[in-house]
Amino acid sequence: MIGFEGAVALMGRFPALAGVDLMVSAGERVLLQGPNGAGKTSLLRAVAGLLPVVAGTAEVLGQDLRADRRGVRRHIGMLGHDNHLYADLWVRDHMRFRAAAVGADAQEVARAMELVELPSRLWRVPTRRLSAGQRRRVALAALLVRRPRLWLLDEPHAGLDARGRDVLDNLLLEASSAGATVVFASHEVERAQAVADRVVDLGGGRVVGDRRVA
Amino acid sequence: MWRDALLVAGKDLRIELRARVTITQVAPLGVLILVVFAFAFNANAVLLAQGAAGLYWVAVMFGAVLIIQRAFDVEGDDGNQDALRLSGFQPGSIFLGKAMALAVQLLVLQTVLWVGLVVFFDVGVVDWPLLGCAGLAGTSTIAVCGTLYGALAAGVSVRDTLLPLLLLPVLAPALLAGTRAFEAATGVTTDAGWNWTGLLFVMTAVYTVAGLAAFGPLVEDG
Repeated sequence: MIGFEGAVALMGRFPALAGVDLMVSAGERVLLQGPNGAGKTSLLRAVAGLLPVVAGTAEVLGQDLRADRRGVRRHIGMLGHDNHLYADLWVRDHMRFRAAAVGADAQEVARAMELVELPSRLWRVPTRRLSAGQRRRVALAALLVRRPRLWLLDEPHAGLDARGRDVLDNLLLEASSAGATVVFASHEVERAQAVADRVVDLGGGRVVGDRRVA
Repeated sequence: MWRDALLVAGKDLRIELRARVTITQVAPLGVLILVVFAFAFNANAVLLAQGAAGLYWVAVMFGAVLIIQRAFDVEGDDGNQDALRLSGFQPGSIFLGKAMALAVQLLVLQTVLWVGLVVFFDVGVVDWPLLGCAGLAGTSTIAVCGTLYGALAAGVSVRDTLLPLLLLPVLAPALLAGTRAFEAATGVTTDAGWNWTGLLFVMTAVYTVAGLAAFGPLVEDG
């Protein structure tokens, strides 16, 4: 699923990843941990093909990222610090655009909205008028309609209330049991470790620890 | 490719439909430019009629800069640039989609400005087909060129001031060609208006090819 060996990625002139070795199999739920600047976000972006890997080996879903970064993106669902929402679009417009981009139909959109527990009264509301938690839920719904094989999440619990966090955790567990791989970074250690089945510690742009959790 | 381009265009037009920036802010600004020039020329009817075509295209270009800036600002907000890259759309589709949406907004702007031209400058038309074709050709040139340079400036922190600096000199030939074609269409000169219109279509073709080739690296590395 993910095969990084000695992967180096640059942020400007500085190495954001300084030789990452990481193998992740299908269906795993991997939590990335580490202090600020450890390389968690950079690793997620590199796996998504958003940050070019300039040295080492980088394979995702069987595709060599150094040869083609675009090919795998269709199968990736990414939720970063941003929610990827167009502020002036209604929730409905936004979801329809995201769904149409991947050929999902209206039923799949409705199902995704239901799964993230977004009430239909919000459909005609511009996304900029939503609360932070509601925006996060719309972003999650947009990710769900992509039916990703690989979920990449950066601080996914941020902005969500307690119920929203439970919903997210359940979604991650369901996706994993359906065969999707989940890689996420979170500073909410207890909650995140309850979802993950493996914890990878990063430091200075390298993997410095890798362990299974119950 | 065209399906994805239409999706991107539809999304951009939907954003404009919801926000109404072109119709409530850019178009009034364009009309204001015409009015200010009318005052500057002391409402001299002969002078205004002779300069109308040029002033029209100047107003279109300043309005276009604002519309292009907005079209790329919405992609920069909330990480939408990343979402667009992750969408799986080919860069060429994104380029064509954004150019199409831009062209539609420019046509709306031009329609409003044309009404302003007739009202304030008392402009008459002697060749409607030429006027229509020149308007379309100028629109398409500004749309494809603007999309290309909008993407170029999008990754830069000083893009608000950089875009007009990059774009306006490049569009100067389009300004000249559009003005000459409109002068012929409005009977101010007997220039070969169709030749100037043809030049605009050639410019459209050149910038379309350049945009399709360059948009991928611009979006990926910008």
